[in-house]
Amino acid sequence: MSRPGTRLDSKKVNSELFTLTYGALVAQLLKDYENVDDVNKQLERMGYNMGIRLIEDFLARTGSGRCYDFRDTAEKIQSGFKIFLGITPTITNWSAAGDEFSLCFESNPLTEFVELPDNCLNLKYCNILTGVLRGACEMVQMEVSSWFVQDQLKNDSITELRVKFIKRLEDAIPAGED
Amino acid sequence: MVIYGVYIVSKSGGLIFNHDHNVPKIEHERVFNYPLDIKLIYENKKVVVAFGQRDGINVGHVLMSVNGAPLAGTLLEDGRDVLEVLEDPQNFPITLKFSRAKMTTNEKIFLASMFYPLFAIASQLSPEPRSSGIEVLEADTFRLYCYQTLTGVKFMVVAEPSQPGMEILTKRVYELYADYALKNPFYSLEMPIRCELFETNLVTLLETVEKSGISSV
Repeated sequence: MSRPGTRLDSKKVNSELFTLTYGALVAQLLKDYENVDDVNKQLERMGYNMGIRLIEDFLARTGSGRCYDFRDTAEKIQSGFKIFLGITPTITNWSAAGDEFSLCFESNPLTEFVELPDNCLNLKYCNILTGVLRGACEMVQMEVSSWFVQDQLKNDSITELRVKFIKRLEDAIPAGED
Repeated sequence: MVIYGVYIVSKSGGLIFNHDHNVPKIEHERVFNYPLDIKLIYENKKVVVAFGQRDGINVGHVLMSVNGAPLAGTLLEDGRDVLEVLEDPQNFPITLKFSRAKMTTNEKIFLASMFYPLFAIASQLSPEPRSSGIEVLEADTFRLYCYQTLTGVKFMVVAEPSQPGMEILTKRVYELYADYALKNPFYSLEMPIRCELFETNLVTLLETVEKSGISSV
């Protein structure tokens, strides 16, 4: 995505194009690996590589500051989904310690035309998102992990992504920031 | 309204991009008679004016060519040492060209990695806790603006002291970096940026800012 005024204008790309491209990617991975677990892993890895670049785009266009609280982080992740996918997941199910929350998606542009076949029920179709979150947070010196607890593709009523704070990466914090 | 250059330093302190924008080129050529009325010395494998400032040739300027022939370090093209040539009255009158010393890429890399600990020291020296590093460094001929992103990349702009809006410019350069460097699939993080699109967009941005101010971008 690009800002207005730059040569690529800010017209949003049709989400169907994105959905279908992602579908093609997952289908190709399934063909290449023939093993659902490997595909899950590969998607996560690809997401990670996207996340470490995407975070700069997010920071440059929002100008948001550092998070000193996981609730801040949750809101920023939510706004990231709005910017990059055009959806606003709801933030719910905070753990008592405030280090875990869920993002609930009523609709998910990634899965719009998708039905999982019987032979890949273990496939975490949207696993790229967990990688994106991990990569993006790592670049701002936060280690998080995330996983899907509910999935509309598996006949749950919503898709729920659980995000857990692991630690601050103190060593990686740039000078003049800590 | 002059912006002299833009530098980007990676999280680990290496120079990953530099662009000299608008450094005025100063060159002076003059015919000299024996004996030379300026004092020249060797310095860093160059011949430099040490004393005797005239006709725009200032102390610190570097000897570029002798009688139109460019100089390789301290040697003429025919292998003679330049200071020896200048001591021999038979070679006069002689035409010498001086210009302001240009930084080589190596020197730039060296200086960029030097700024990195300065930035860190500044934040530690601070009397207030949780201070940032150096954001503006001012001298009588330029100001250096530094913006460090949350991910640790530093964007630096060197400009005339009177040039307004440079803090905003550093953030605009960050946006260009996010767009044209990071979205280039063939660019790997922490490596020098050799993306033509990035460079052309940067030049356009700098020119717009110089012409019509920061509010127009």
